[in-house]
Amino acid sequence: MAGFDKVVSSYEAAMEGLKDGDTIIAGGFGLCGIPEGLISEIKRKKTTDLTVVSNNCGVDDFGLGLLLHDKQIKKIIASYVGENALFEQQLLSGEIDVELTPQGTLAEKMRAGGAGIPAFYTATGYGTPVAEGKDVKEFNGRPYILEESITGEFAIVKAWKADRYGNLVFRHTAMNFNPMAATAGKITVAEVEEIVEPGELEPSQIHTPGIFVNRVIKGSFEKRIERVTTRD
Amino acid sequence: MALSREQVAMRVAQELQDGYYVNLGIGIPTLVANYVPDHIEVMLQSENGLLGMGQYPTKAELDADMINAGKETVTAAKGAAIFNSADSFAMIRGGHVDLTVLGAFEVDQNGSIASWMIPKKLIKGMGGAMDLVAGAKNIIVTMTHASKHGDSKLLESCSLPLTGVNCVKKIVTDLAVLEVKDGAFHLLERAPGVSVDEIISKTAGKLLVDGEIPEMVF
Repeated sequence: MAGFDKVVSSYEAAMEGLKDGDTIIAGGFGLCGIPEGLISEIKRKKTTDLTVVSNNCGVDDFGLGLLLHDKQIKKIIASYVGENALFEQQLLSGEIDVELTPQGTLAEKMRAGGAGIPAFYTATGYGTPVAEGKDVKEFNGRPYILEESITGEFAIVKAWKADRYGNLVFRHTAMNFNPMAATAGKITVAEVEEIVEPGELEPSQIHTPGIFVNRVIKGSFEKRIERVTTRD
Repeated sequence: MALSREQVAMRVAQELQDGYYVNLGIGIPTLVANYVPDHIEVMLQSENGLLGMGQYPTKAELDADMINAGKETVTAAKGAAIFNSADSFAMIRGGHVDLTVLGAFEVDQNGSIASWMIPKKLIKGMGGAMDLVAGAKNIIVTMTHASKHGDSKLLESCSLPLTGVNCVKKIVTDLAVLEVKDGAFHLLERAPGVSVDEIISKTAGKLLVDGEIPEMVF
């Protein structure tokens, strides 16, 4: 790797250094905008005792659900895990721990974590089970709960285009959690559809500046659709 | 007679105002989009990062990168914007969304809502519901007035784990339109052919009935 060139040519190199017990922050919403090849590489590496932070946990045979087969995940922090029967089994049997987190709080935990803000107050979840054990403080007469932000040893994200310097552009709603996740990893790996030369992306149209990205790999994607709905 | 799901959605649609940014939950709330009055414009927000949700795509338009918060494939309406999850919830939590419509298991007379978890049954997660009820300027809940077994869903105090406290201001059920205010349900309208007595018998929380209650008009 020379200078700012962050492109790696193998999945092994992309996930090098991931070890048992690490926290991985993953972009994606359902199966939309997920780093498919990086997840497969984690499965291949058989890394275990992982804490995974992601809005969802894939489905049984795709996305982060693949990491459930060999019980690689110890804990998941997510807002919605209802699409996954294997997950349900492991939750009920106590093999996996889940920390259900409101979706906006989860996005903010990643954003704040990546921005060096250790915690923040939010009205979301006040008076609900989410608030149990958390500090409550009133601002302008309204109660808020204290939520701690999240960082991880690794962040894995999926982008549409990257340049060699790691500047990222996302496509449509495949953006979702990816820009926040990208800021919150000690090592952030971006799996992308296309890699271009520095200068080819319009600077003002870049969603994630390359400073947040450590490694870039060109992936090939199945892009499975969870619910195909059409009007014809 | 009790309203159909479509009629509940039609009645909710009457609450929409020109220029509203609206977030519609899954189920009956989604149907509200089919009944937006012709003379107004509303912009639908989908919390995965889309403001200006359009109709479902044709088969030719199908795109895995274009989904709504229900993970269904959608299109972007004219003038739509797409953004990340933190920006999406800044809209929601910052009070920029004018109206949220969502379903619930229970609502109580103080406007607290339980909609995400039934203990000892499968726990799927709250998704964006807690953010939406904490942040939206107006919240309308749609649900059946009572369960299939006849148990009221309008209670003195919610029995299930809460989604949010003291936040619901209006409820449209299959039997009635109610406002939640000052620790009580206020009956505003009844479904055509449904008696006030039936609504009283199916409302467990404190219900105020003031004068003649008009039937809903469609």
